[in-house]
Amino acid sequence: MLRWIRQQLGFDPPHQSDTRTVYVANRFPQHGHYVPQRFADNRIISSKYTVWNFVPKNLFEQFRRIANFYFLIIFLVQLMIDTPTSPITSGLPLFFVITVTAIKQGYEDWLRHKADNEVNGAPVFVVRSGSLVQTRSKNIRVGDIVRVAKDETFPADLALLSSDRADGTCHITTASLDGETNLKTHYSVAETSVCQSVSQLEALQAVVECQQPEADLYRFVGRITVTQHGEEIVRPLGPENLLLRGARLKNTKEIYGVAVYTGMESKMALNYKCKSQKRSAVEKSMNTFLIIYLVILLFEAVLSTILKYAWQAEEKWNEPFYNQKTEQERNSSPILKFISDFLAFLVLYNFIIPISLYVTVEMQKFLGSFFIGWDLDLYHEESDQKAQVNTSDLNEELGQVEYVFTDKTGTLTENEMQFRECSINGTKYREVNGKLVPEGMTDDSPDGSTPRLIGEELLFLQAVSLCHTVQISYDQPDCLVGGGDPFSHANGFSSNHMEYYASSPDEKALVEATKRIGVAFTGSNGDVMEIKAFGKAEKYKLLHVLEFDADRRRMSVILQTPSGGKVLFTKGAESAILPFTTSGEIEKTRLHVDEFALKGLRTLVVACRHFSPEEYIDVDRRLNAARTALQQREERLQEAFSYIERDLQLLGATGVEDKLQDKVQETIEALRLAGIKVWVLTGDKHETAVSVSLSCGHFHRTMNILELLQQRSDNECAEQLRRLARRIKEDHVIQHGLVVDGASLSLALREHEKLFMEVCKNCSAVLCCRMAPLQKAKVVRLLKTSPEKPITLAIGDGANDVSMIQEAHVGIGIMGKEGRQAVRNSDYAIARFKFLSKLLLVHGHFYYIRIATLVQYFFYKNVCFITPQFLYQFFCLFSQQTLYDSVYLTLYNICFTSLPILVYSLFEQLVHPHILQNKPGLYRDISKNSLLSFRTFLYWTLLGFCHAFIFFFGSYILMGEDTTLMGNGQILRANRQLMFGNWTFGTLVFTVMVITVTLKLALETQFWTWMNHFVTWGSIAFYFIFSLFYGGIIWPFLHTQDMYFVFVQLLSSGSAWFAIIIIVITCLFPDVVKKVFYRHLQPTSTQKSQSLSAPQAQTLSCMESLCCYQHGQSGCSRLAHLLEQMTGQCKASANNCHASSNRSWSDTENFYSNDRSILTLSPIEASHC
Amino acid sequence: MATSYNAKDEDGHITVSGPSGGTLRSKKPENTAFKQQRLPAWQPILTAGTVLPAFFIIGLIFIPIGIGLYVTSNNIKEFEIDYTGVDMSSPCFNCSQSFSWNSTRPCTCTIPFYLDQPYESNVFMYYGLSNFYQNHRRYVKSRDDNQLNGDPESLKGPSKECEPYAKHDNKPIAPCGAIANSMFNDTLELFYNDPNGTKIQIPLNKTGIAWWTDKHVKFRNPEGNNHNLTAVFQGTTKPVNWRRPVYELDDDPENNGFINEDFIVWMRTAALPTFRKLYRIIPRKSSMVPTLPSGNYTLEVVYNYPVRSFEGRKRMILSTISWMGGKNPFLGIAYMTVGSVCFFLGVVLLIIHHKYGNRNNSADISN
Repeated sequence: MLRWIRQQLGFDPPHQSDTRTVYVANRFPQHGHYVPQRFADNRIISSKYTVWNFVPKNLFEQFRRIANFYFLIIFLVQLMIDTPTSPITSGLPLFFVITVTAIKQGYEDWLRHKADNEVNGAPVFVVRSGSLVQTRSKNIRVGDIVRVAKDETFPADLALLSSDRADGTCHITTASLDGETNLKTHYSVAETSVCQSVSQLEALQAVVECQQPEADLYRFVGRITVTQHGEEIVRPLGPENLLLRGARLKNTKEIYGVAVYTGMESKMALNYKCKSQKRSAVEKSMNTFLIIYLVILLFEAVLSTILKYAWQAEEKWNEPFYNQKTEQERNSSPILKFISDFLAFLVLYNFIIPISLYVTVEMQKFLGSFFIGWDLDLYHEESDQKAQVNTSDLNEELGQVEYVFTDKTGTLTENEMQFRECSINGTKYREVNGKLVPEGMTDDSPDGSTPRLIGEELLFLQAVSLCHTVQISYDQPDCLVGGGDPFSHANGFSSNHMEYYASSPDEKALVEATKRIGVAFTGSNGDVMEIKAFGKAEKYKLLHVLEFDADRRRMSVILQTPSGGKVLFTKGAESAILPFTTSGEIEKTRLHVDEFALKGLRTLVVACRHFSPEEYIDVDRRLNAARTALQQREERLQEAFSYIERDLQLLGATGVEDKLQDKVQETIEALRLAGIKVWVLTGDKHETAVSVSLSCGHFHRTMNILELLQQRSDNECAEQLRRLARRIKEDHVIQHGLVVDGASLSLALREHEKLFMEVCKNCSAVLCCRMAPLQKAKVVRLLKTSPEKPITLAIGDGANDVSMIQEAHVGIGIMGKEGRQAVRNSDYAIARFKFLSKLLLVHGHFYYIRIATLVQYFFYKNVCFITPQFLYQFFCLFSQQTLYDSVYLTLYNICFTSLPILVYSLFEQLVHPHILQNKPGLYRDISKNSLLSFRTFLYWTLLGFCHAFIFFFGSYILMGEDTTLMGNGQILRANRQLMFGNWTFGTLVFTVMVITVTLKLALETQFWTWMNHFVTWGSIAFYFIFSLFYGGIIWPFLHTQDMYFVFVQLLSSGSAWFAIIIIVITCLFPDVVKKVFYRHLQPTSTQKSQSLSAPQAQTLSCMESLCCYQHGQSGCSRLAHLLEQMTGQCKASANNCHASSNRSWSDTENFYSNDRSILTLSPIEASHC
Repeated sequence: MATSYNAKDEDGHITVSGPSGGTLRSKKPENTAFKQQRLPAWQPILTAGTVLPAFFIIGLIFIPIGIGLYVTSNNIKEFEIDYTGVDMSSPCFNCSQSFSWNSTRPCTCTIPFYLDQPYESNVFMYYGLSNFYQNHRRYVKSRDDNQLNGDPESLKGPSKECEPYAKHDNKPIAPCGAIANSMFNDTLELFYNDPNGTKIQIPLNKTGIAWWTDKHVKFRNPEGNNHNLTAVFQGTTKPVNWRRPVYELDDDPENNGFINEDFIVWMRTAALPTFRKLYRIIPRKSSMVPTLPSGNYTLEVVYNYPVRSFEGRKRMILSTISWMGGKNPFLGIAYMTVGSVCFFLGVVLLIIHHKYGNRNNSADISN
């Protein structure tokens, strides 16, 4: 029992032995030594709580937070000592805060439970007692034989037993695990692969022994013991026999496998990283402020305690005749009394730490994050995907980004390779409608006639369609996947729908292109590759594959042609092939390749070499020798490869386009205008990267491009860096762009980090190519930890970007083609790169302003709240008498002032979103956490203190040191001048405070929706109604009736009303004056853009989005000027329609239809925008 | 870009996109004003132009109000006399020196004073105390509202908040607590010295000085309407410092016991250490004759209340009131000050608006 508990709590690892023994189909041996083992079931648990442990566990977690713990301590102190306020005053808010947080966390956990249940409840087929049984995924136990059909994911880690193929192999794709999209072949053991039916499996007697679960996806060591006809056959099992949970079965009708690791022990689950908690800059400054306030609190408490004892030194103050102490008080020890006095002051002032700050911030983030998902502008119609928020904790960080690190392929580009052009034997061709058209010729040949390709062209196409490592997946005819190529029918293919799978999208694009043109790769069978060239099937025997590697940057195949000749086809980067070519149109091809690269196409060069029989024997011998070498195999292989891949005959070059995503250029330009530096980190080679960089506007043509490439040694690298730094210094007029490759980067980072940073900071664009995933993360960390501590954002779509996404302050996943890995590990996920600009410039800006004001306002209102209480101590002998009634103390933060700020922080829009998007420069206004800088914090805090002084001394003076401000009680009895007591005084201060604090927020509010009106005026009204009600009853369970009719008496006095009005106005009008003066004398650009009245802004923004960025700023401003002239005439009436901030054109007044007609007349097409 | 325009465009697109789009529920967010964060809103901008009128209006309203308040306050007549007896010359010096709680013979002193203006309408008479901390926490909570509300159980067993004034000689104290115990017990009487030499006592109203709700709801004698208060308070003892038990505070049964108005007024603890409390009301006789004509008066004090031990002061105040309460020049001054500052700033803003306003509007944001 105890062990079970410990296991549940995760103290004990459940396994002790090094291996686990799995009896296939759970047929345990009837005799012999059998030790039952416990395995986890196949449940995936991502939820944190269960119904039973929710309350204790959640409470425990919540009180681990410093603030909550602090209030718990205060509450306990109140229970223990003789306190000025009842324990309820801090107990109730604490309870409220804890409950709200618990509800939120409970809801989130419920969502996780639901997701878990969906996964755990997915139907699976399991072989049980001789038949195929459908059950739920969670019921799979270790040892069960599971059947998985095509295109299903594996529900657990399975050891492959058999597939529908005779050789017992199957293909899977692990895109969702590691992002690799190519097909992988997995094998089964010969003894089990024959068991292709349930009945055969039923007869199978086998035991799998394997290691205990571990996280490494590529490691699996085990063996299977099959008992056949009484004898035991032992076979080794490796990773190629293991089908991982989460991978998908492809190209194979069905497989049977035995579950080896289930549930949380599967490799996928073990790879679940508990996401490192990212904390936003706002939260960090919030904590700093809290500490400052804690210091203020301690200071006030210590000061009060000391002053109290200073006063008490004299008997006449300590114990006058009218106010004697009890015996107990007189006799208690002075030290204890001192401590309890200190604690009492602490309790009295503890409200200066805003208790509801955290819960409000949390609610704001949680509720506010819905707006991202709801935004139509972040919705991608084609893929039907909306933006997705994984962590609402970082909303405001989106408004603080200084560096954007972006992946290239799939993020800036579509990751949809399209074959565009090729160069064959010195002639350029374009692909038009599935035909190759030589340059200069139009596609006017009548349709249907098969173009006759001359020898070189055919050879080129054969080379392209044979020299690759593509695999084919045949779709079943009844499958409705629309991936089939329409051209396959046009070209007379009657075969099934084919889908190519390749680890490189370029290869896939090339093979698909040759298929369209007429030379189709139809599959490989063993070592025979089949192509259909214009309907004629050809079989090539694959003799050798010279695999691709990053150093050679090319790959080759050696084939035996149908006619028996041996030929080598090679393809690779032009710098890796052209030097080894001896024949063919080398110069022309080189020119073409450069042209392609300039167009941003990814280029590959194709060459071939025909072997004479003698040559081939030599080649074969060398290759085999190298492959079987026991020592220095790598070197010898390299040597052999370079021996073989020479004297090539150049066939031609291909140009494959990776289409840029929509509006990438505008987005990057907008980000740059917003003061964000964009770094492109890519695994691509430097030429392609630079050309894409140029075409997407990351690099400008006018930019001076610095290079740090192929540095081989430390010194060389340092020298180059110094040279670059010098060049930047000499020429600081033009912008610089830096290109670094992975190898040089690692050198630069190893020794010369500072120098490198120096260079980088002075470059307006940086491009890092040939980056390994880990290097990407390293670059991010380098920037993150640099002295300025900039806020970084990483955006990517593939598994190789995950480390970078997790490293950066904000990680954004693109929902692209390369699996969901990036999305799952990101904080936010969007469908397209272009959405980034709205996400940052609009949502980020809003969230930041909202939360910054929220935080500052919270501190402000609590200073206002508690400082009068502190001041009152000077007038009551530091006796810890409260100024306000306990109920007011309790409800101030949770009722009277909570909702307006929450609504503000959800709906505030300082500037119209369109202006924000169209004027990226506004983003700079909030950079560097400017709204939470120490200066603004000081401003708010001092403002709080000032207001508190005005509340207190205003009431003090107006009420008089005598009770001159007295109700004349006209309502109750004519002309009676009645006196006020201390509670009335406190209520006056409190009333003034509630009104002022609420109105102060109203002054900050720029965007008054009906909800703002409702909660602002509602809060004040609620305060009055509540006070009337609270003071109107003798409360049966309270032992003092201090507040009875106090509020009514206060309000029935005319001068009280006069006092309230004058104090509120005195507090607020300097603030208004300050705002107006700053706006006029030192306007921020945000404020400037506010002063564009709403309808004006609207038309203006329409205008600006018309002239897209390619047209340059000058054209834009000219148009804007024109517009301004037109709208300038109607400014007077425009002022009247401040309220109509609706974006749609149709909703604006008829008046503006004039403008619209002018807009439509303008030469620029509106459809651009 | 006009979003609604755009959205309509996309909507059209969806219908074209074929049956697959129709069968699958689109994840497309709804195009509602709320979800797209474009709820209709009022967007006020604080510029000189918008603030200007407000400032002028505030100025124009506040200055007259301030003047009105100031004049009203100045019209209120107030007379104050300190009878503590600190100085040797003071008539009450002897009484203040020879104080003891259990002296049987009350000490009286007579203070003459002169009113140079006649006091019309109702005149309010206060006593004022200084350096008396009614707002000390130990003091404020030292009361039992249940007892004062006539709860019989609390009468016999006062709350422990009343300590050390809860019990005396093992008998419960009624009313218990430090506040009640230290009730102000000087008796003040006012005489008008007629020019012809006679001394006329001025009638003082003891009732109507407490809040109506206090007298009728919050404070109640035990056993409601039983007029025999002596029997009701049987078994309790008087507060230590009191000379008489609570049921002998007044002859009038409506003003005796816990509902004695002097007692109720005292029980409302003052906010600050220097305070005044309403003592009596001098009702006006008729609209013809001033309530207190100018002339010589005598204040006769039965000096019971010791304040010298804590350097306190005792005062007697006579005051008329206006519609806005007692004399308080500050309110008027505050209104006049704020009003004029607003007005002045309004002028400054007008200048700013004139000079910078136009430029500001046309200025574009440099990206």
